[in-house]
Amino acid sequence: MKTVITSKGDSFDSPLDPRFGRCAWFCLYDEQTGEAEFMKNDSVDVAGGAGTRTAEKMIEWNVKKVISGDYGPKAKDLLDRFNVQLVIMKNEDKTVGEIVGKLKERSGD
Amino acid sequence: MSYKIAIASGKGGTGKTTVAVNLYNVIAKYHEQDVLLVDCDVEEPNDLLFFSGAKRLDGEVVSHRVPELDLDRCTFCRKCSEYCEFNAITVIPPVKFAAVNPDLCHSCGACLYACKDHALVEKRVGIGELTRYDIGLGAGLVEGKMNVGLALQTPVIRYIKDKTRDFNGIALYDAPPGTSCSVVSTVADSDYVILVTEPTPFGLHDLRLAAGIAREMGKPFGVVVNKTGIGNNDLYEYLEQEGIALLAGIPFKKEYAEKYAGGALLSDAYGEYEAFFKTIANNILKSKGL
Repeated sequence: MKTVITSKGDSFDSPLDPRFGRCAWFCLYDEQTGEAEFMKNDSVDVAGGAGTRTAEKMIEWNVKKVISGDYGPKAKDLLDRFNVQLVIMKNEDKTVGEIVGKLKERSGD
Repeated sequence: MSYKIAIASGKGGTGKTTVAVNLYNVIAKYHEQDVLLVDCDVEEPNDLLFFSGAKRLDGEVVSHRVPELDLDRCTFCRKCSEYCEFNAITVIPPVKFAAVNPDLCHSCGACLYACKDHALVEKRVGIGELTRYDIGLGAGLVEGKMNVGLALQTPVIRYIKDKTRDFNGIALYDAPPGTSCSVVSTVADSDYVILVTEPTPFGLHDLRLAAGIAREMGKPFGVVVNKTGIGNNDLYEYLEQEGIALLAGIPFKKEYAEKYAGGALLSDAYGEYEAFFKTIANNILKSKGL
């Protein structure tokens, strides 16, 4: 199963980016293979519709779970429609590496 | 003859509406020309609040064209979505999903040009209202109001201005606050711009921006300083340095604020207040021979 964590940078040391649609990077983590890949978000600076653009990407990549700080209503509607699980992280100090570590622990249980 | 005056400010809360409604009142009372008030602050029009005896005459729905998708024809090629500057069309080819988001659509028509499969058809969607009121004196009030939750101020403003374009007399356009597109579309095709400000650092900061717009658009303009006696002298120094006309200074008084909050027209309530607006009207209109 594929999970996306919104990230402020392109490494595991980067903190979670709390904005879904306008996050700087995506960490695409595959629970089956345990591999993680960082991808730049090209919707950061669009004038409007960043949320739906980013949600579109999640569905195209067949992502089943997104971990971020907040989601706008339009992005949420679209992701809900395709049964993508939305996780809201209130603790913004967590790094992407720590979040991936937690996901690994859980899948190991 | 027709003469159009836009009332703008930059900073919100400086007194655009106060100037618009009182100037209307004074022109209606003391000038020969007919006068029309057009409330272009379509997010929160409030000129009406100051005319307690106002009677609604009629109204119109303001609409714009939004594309509708025919999914039987759509090949999910994504061309429309690539053409859309406002990301108003979502297309996800692997799951054969396509949808238009009317809230984000600016009605530009680029997607219709992009679509080679004839999967897009335009339909009209309401975005606001135009309402005409008889307010006793003068030619009345035309109010524009955008539907809540939209960000389509300019098409609503353009529509109400279009509908009042042929008014034969003096038209007063009460602009929204700020210095963005909605203000530019209110100021466009006006003959004169009144910039309302207050003598505070914030008032001056935004006046510079608003004056910049008026200059870039080639509009003659003058400044009304509202709430004089607060803040500092920087504003007056700026006006002098730039050679900007000071149309009037209206003092800050608690009793004005109280009356205003009660919905009164200050130019009816206070003789000296009426005098400020007679001065403003004369300053602008006399030079035009009006």
